Amino acid sequence: MFIKKFIDAAGWPRIIIALFLLSLFATAPFVGVLVSTSLSNTLERFGMNGVLVLAMVPMVQTGCGLNFGLPLGIIAGLLGATLSIELGVRGVVGFAAAVGLAAPIAAVLGYFYGHLLNRVKGSEMMIATYVGFSSVAFMCIAWLLLPYKSPTMIWGYGGSGLRTTISVSGYWQHILSGLMAVKVGHLAIPTGMFLFLAAMCFLVWFFMKTKTGTAMTAVGSNPEFARASGVDVDRMRIVSVVLSTILGAVGILVYSQSFGFLQLYTGPFYMALPAVASILLGGASVNKATIWNVLVGTFLFQGVLTMTPAVINNILQTDMSEVIRIIVSNGMILYALTRKVQVKR
Amino acid sequence: MMPTKNGFTNFIAGSAVPIIFILISAAAIPLSGFSATYLVQELLIRIGRNSFLILSLLIPIMAGMGLNFGMVLGAMAGQIGLIFVSDWSIVGIPGIVLAMIIGTPVAVALGFLCGSVLNRAKGQEMVTSYILGFFINGVYQLVVLYFMGWLIPIGNPTLVLSRGYGIRNAVSLMGMRTILDKLIPLEIGPLSIGAFHMDAVTIPAATYLVIAVFCFFILWFRRTKLGQDMRAIGQDRVVADSAGIPVDRTRVIAIVISTVLACYGQVIYLQNMGTLNTYNSHDQAGMFSIAALLIGGASVSRAGIGNVFLGVVLFHLMFIVAPMAGKNLMGQAQIGEYFRVFVSYGIIALALVLHAWKRHRDRMEVRGALRDSQKTGKGAE
Repeated sequence: MFIKKFIDAAGWPRIIIALFLLSLFATAPFVGVLVSTSLSNTLERFGMNGVLVLAMVPMVQTGCGLNFGLPLGIIAGLLGATLSIELGVRGVVGFAAAVGLAAPIAAVLGYFYGHLLNRVKGSEMMIATYVGFSSVAFMCIAWLLLPYKSPTMIWGYGGSGLRTTISVSGYWQHILSGLMAVKVGHLAIPTGMFLFLAAMCFLVWFFMKTKTGTAMTAVGSNPEFARASGVDVDRMRIVSVVLSTILGAVGILVYSQSFGFLQLYTGPFYMALPAVASILLGGASVNKATIWNVLVGTFLFQGVLTMTPAVINNILQTDMSEVIRIIVSNGMILYALTRKVQVKR
Repeated sequence: MMPTKNGFTNFIAGSAVPIIFILISAAAIPLSGFSATYLVQELLIRIGRNSFLILSLLIPIMAGMGLNFGMVLGAMAGQIGLIFVSDWSIVGIPGIVLAMIIGTPVAVALGFLCGSVLNRAKGQEMVTSYILGFFINGVYQLVVLYFMGWLIPIGNPTLVLSRGYGIRNAVSLMGMRTILDKLIPLEIGPLSIGAFHMDAVTIPAATYLVIAVFCFFILWFRRTKLGQDMRAIGQDRVVADSAGIPVDRTRVIAIVISTVLACYGQVIYLQNMGTLNTYNSHDQAGMFSIAALLIGGASVSRAGIGNVFLGVVLFHLMFIVAPMAGKNLMGQAQIGEYFRVFVSYGIIALALVLHAWKRHRDRMEVRGALRDSQKTGKGAE
């Protein structure tokens, strides 16, 4: 039967969430929520978060678990962004400079992070969480002390230390999401951002098909077998961590250009959780993830996050979005962690 | 066991965290410029305030379940008890006891849930209990911020947000503030030993008494049948199972006990603070307790009462002096503040890394030993 096959392929959680999302879109007009505006918001947030979620894939594939250390990549991205603003380059060149500066920083951080994770096999996720947290807390001190000079970034009084939020308008706000944007009535489609996300997805997909990528997948599926076939397990894991960290850095840049602000200090603390929840919602498990998981998961997760508050707020006249976000995202992660007892290796 | 040549390395690796902390404190205390009287008084208060919470972490570690990040569930249960007690305006010791009584069934239920979830995620208990803490935090917010004053009647209007439902950000516990601490008034000092001088300090004796009772409870518990079972499970789950110990059930019990104790610990903590930060207090309880225990030299698989008290002293010493030291050194108190956060997280990361690294190394050695003995017929090197 076709339906049974479809259910098996998609999995019940996704079908339930998708139906829930559909019902939200169906209810929306009756409670006075504009469907086109909501859909635009969903699409915008899908593009914003896509690359951050994609950053999960390489590490999951090599069996390093869910990348709770995403804040490390985000910090590299923020460093690149602030450096590019400090240099005063604007527009496409500014954004390219931010990516260009962030990537090597992310690569170096990822390299050390990868070495660390190799020494703690089996406890990666917990340690990743705290590596992420401590790096964010460390950078809180660094943001205060680093000798930035650009007046758009430092505190007006005192004359030193970066602000908590830095506007990127005038530099590269909407540089991707505004590119070739299509507007039909209230519905806006950020074509440029989608193209960028597609390109990143293609690069990751292509990389996973190369010899190195195949070896990485082998390490994730069965490390003993991979070792026996002559694959350098530790090296492959480091490659995947570096790749994840770089994608995290690029991800936060895409996020910031659409959001319009850089969030420094404690901003990156909990950014890993929604990304982790998204990819799990998309059907990934703790040791297997595909590009489709990323796309489906991000769309469903951001859709639910955008639509639930919009609809519920209009019915109940209260703002419950934060609570719903917490319950949905952590519920998904819990579901994935408890689904398989064999996550331990 | 390891040969003696590695004994020293192992000692350093095992005590690295407390040693680092003693060094940091030794550098930061003179920089902060606080008087000995102030430091001792603050420490005495903080030992009373935090020890109970940290002690609640010991039993799951004994059962091999690692650091119970799910202790925040117990803290939330305690807070729910306190909210009701404030609503009914019951003050003093009866208020504290009643808050604990109301919190108990909630904590048992949450602990049972947590234990059952962790049984489905063996080997990943810490990250699972950590995420579970976030998840239940969402449910807690849903209940406290939306249901209380709407589905759950709250009579006292000073507790409720101006929109008519939901509990305010800060609930004053003035009627209970330091009631337990001051139940038995005790003061010592002034004291002078050589260059060290200290004025009189007060000791929260009743709280210390409660903590002492708890310590004896843990010592006694270790000798009971249940306690022995837990230790056996902590040693080796498979062996314990084949020895006929009901592994899953015992693990759930360990978590339930820990959650209930965390509930009481949170009530004691908040009676000292005098204010309940409805939406933050529990979060900090988890992070600070775990950091303190690890700073006391505990590892993920081994922790004793000594670790708790050493940890509470070292962690809070740093907590008190870091902002002032930061201000005097860098000219900004904010830096000391961030440094404190960085250290709390960093120390948990470091302790987890050291533990995982050691386990990884042990496993590699066992494997290497096996291989050697197979190849040459000799024992391990």
